[in-house]
Amino acid sequence: MDDFLLRALAGGMGLALLTGPLGSFIVWRRMAYFGDTLAHSGLLGVGLGIMLGIDPTLGVVMVCITIALCLVVLQRQRRLASDTLLGIMSHTALSLGLVALAFMQTVRVDLISYLFGDILAISSTEVYWIWGGGVVVLLWLALLWRPLLALTVHEELAQVEGVPVFAVRLMFMLLMAVVIALAMKIVGILLITSLLIIPAATARRFAHNPESMAILASIVGMLAVGTGIWGSLTWDTPTGPSVVVAAALFFILSMVVPLSRR
Amino acid sequence: MNQPPGVVTPSTNPATLLDVTGVNLSLRGKPILQDIALRLEQGHILTVIGLNGSGKTTLLKVILGLVKPDQGRIWLRPGSRIGYMPQRLSIDETLPMTVQRFMQLGVHQARGKAGLQRVRAALAETGAENVLGTPLQALSGGELQRVLLARALLREPDLLVLDEPVQAVDVAGQYELYDLISTIRDRHHCGILLVSHDLHLVLPASDQVICMNHHICCAGTPEHVTQHPAFRQLFGQERSRHMAIYRHHHDHQHDHHGTVVNIKP
Repeated sequence: MDDFLLRALAGGMGLALLTGPLGSFIVWRRMAYFGDTLAHSGLLGVGLGIMLGIDPTLGVVMVCITIALCLVVLQRQRRLASDTLLGIMSHTALSLGLVALAFMQTVRVDLISYLFGDILAISSTEVYWIWGGGVVVLLWLALLWRPLLALTVHEELAQVEGVPVFAVRLMFMLLMAVVIALAMKIVGILLITSLLIIPAATARRFAHNPESMAILASIVGMLAVGTGIWGSLTWDTPTGPSVVVAAALFFILSMVVPLSRR
Repeated sequence: MNQPPGVVTPSTNPATLLDVTGVNLSLRGKPILQDIALRLEQGHILTVIGLNGSGKTTLLKVILGLVKPDQGRIWLRPGSRIGYMPQRLSIDETLPMTVQRFMQLGVHQARGKAGLQRVRAALAETGAENVLGTPLQALSGGELQRVLLARALLREPDLLVLDEPVQAVDVAGQYELYDLISTIRDRHHCGILLVSHDLHLVLPASDQVICMNHHICCAGTPEHVTQHPAFRQLFGQERSRHMAIYRHHHDHQHDHHGTVVNIKP
């Protein structure tokens, strides 16, 4: 097997491992649109990274965290409905990113690869980033698991029972920001949310508790990455979208597979 | 149940569990709570009634510490545990969670093998022992209320806060639930604060009633409150006359479908 293929598989699988549990929470907490908004702000982060001469991944994390904090604060105001607010932020961030990149005429940015990912061009450093960052994210999520689950079931009940709701919610958003930064290279900012949501939704029918759904979602994600890369090589299709299409196929398959009633 | 009308307990009374004074809260310039005061003693049931949008759920949130009032003091006897039963759960269809897992989530008394015994006991107490392995989303309205109540009990609360505890429950089930709440009060000797907008079922079970519409319209024993002009004005002449206090004496029980199951001689 070629090196680039190994790197692509390693990066993609590492990412799928993360998006399983995190994506499950996004589905349970109905935060798909929130994830989309964070992802769209990623492009602005790339621009910022180039402008400041730092690693674009770091720029993305910084911008995502800023946007997440802004959203938390704005949602506390309750003047605008949450989805209106997200709609405004999401598209403003994306457009601002495109405009910012257009201003930087000295650097050539491969816009398509940021929008839709370029997993076959992934470097060893980026693979290390994904696995290193991934371990941190998973450990962090494991610590956060119980309180996060409690406030997913009922936020006020959790608060009465002593869960530091605001802090937990904030930390979850930070985790999302980190994962989005890591995922950008694989599937691109426009498709990140799909890699978070589709495997989790696929796992739902086969899971009997939250943990099994998270693990199953990771497995589905890995299968999708493998199938997508294989399909992309076989039919010479763009890799990021191929991975998403593969995930969608697994989802459809999960809907039609008959389940024996226990 | 035997508290005479109009008794004012001094706050030095050791039986006082909760003492709320002078609570004011405005949201966007609109007064939601105006000068609310209430006191709850251990072993008593205090019911807050009011129409929808009268601020009663907000009052609960203030007492639970979920919402900070602009002014006012909420005193809870030091060391008291609160058991909270929310109005409903809005958990997503995609979250696979059984009643057992929900009971054990975030309640440290419910962990481990001994914890599971406690979970079973709490569910048995509220008559929901048969749904232990059922997914939360598959529960009927009445079953969910019983599970929520059992979960609140699991924390061995000194103060039980119930927000519209009989919502989405049929009439037969409502009688049962209020009987259950009375039984729980007697058995656990906790103070119970409950909010409701349905009247004739909840009043007989209460020791004290507060009728509110952003401010306290009237307060006292159920008999006293139902005779009060402010109460009649708020809930309408006709309705309140029909509601002239009705003590419900159970001589039989209902199963979950409301069918009468055992008639005592």
